[in-house]
Amino acid sequence: MNDFRSRVEGERPYLLRYASLQLRDTQAAEDAVQETLLAALAGEAGFGQRASLRTWLTGILKHKIIDAVRKASREAPAAGADEFEALFDERGHWIEMPAAWSDPDASLDQKRFFAALELCLSRLPAKTAQTFMMREHMGLETDEICKELAITATHCWVLLYRARMALRECLTKEWFGK
Amino acid sequence: MMLSCREVTRIVSQGLDRKLSFSERVRLRVHLGICDGCTNFRDQMAFLRAAMAKLADESPKP
Repeated sequence: MNDFRSRVEGERPYLLRYASLQLRDTQAAEDAVQETLLAALAGEAGFGQRASLRTWLTGILKHKIIDAVRKASREAPAAGADEFEALFDERGHWIEMPAAWSDPDASLDQKRFFAALELCLSRLPAKTAQTFMMREHMGLETDEICKELAITATHCWVLLYRARMALRECLTKEWFGK
Repeated sequence: MMLSCREVTRIVSQGLDRKLSFSERVRLRVHLGICDGCTNFRDQMAFLRAAMAKLADESPKP
């Protein structure tokens, strides 16, 4: 029992990092992890030996994160006008054409690239970031995200679009611009 | 009807989240065939997805 408790506790830093990336709110992330650890300790029997401890805990944490996101989305104000219109002229052409990123695949082997990516993620507006993380980090389908966040598919696509546009600009500046 | 670059960016993004219609795929292909800016954009979006996938399973699996 004590051994189980210390193993669960040992996963706390990993879970906290996972939750922080998704929620971008330290307090909310700590709450989600705390609830996960409590649920895990209360439900030790549910663990058995079928999965790795981390996978099992992450599964519980995902539900806690979704609860937290859902709660926040009920409280958050609606997003404003689309700032990415400014990238195009009145006929919808690029004002400044995107240039190819140089050797992007090599970046995937570099730790510093992922630090830049996380920096860019941290600059996204909260709701945009949450939607994007549910899609690209948790790997949920759009209809699941719509259901969890109680938003329309169209709204979901708009948020994902904004996230990708913002990340593209941020990575161009913070990483590929060097 | 030719898509504008602005429309292409939306369709490329949505193409990562839903199945595009036949007409959307054809019009996208025509546009990308003549527009380097949007082709670069499309490649960047594909890269972003790969980078996020790697970030997601970057943590060592015990």
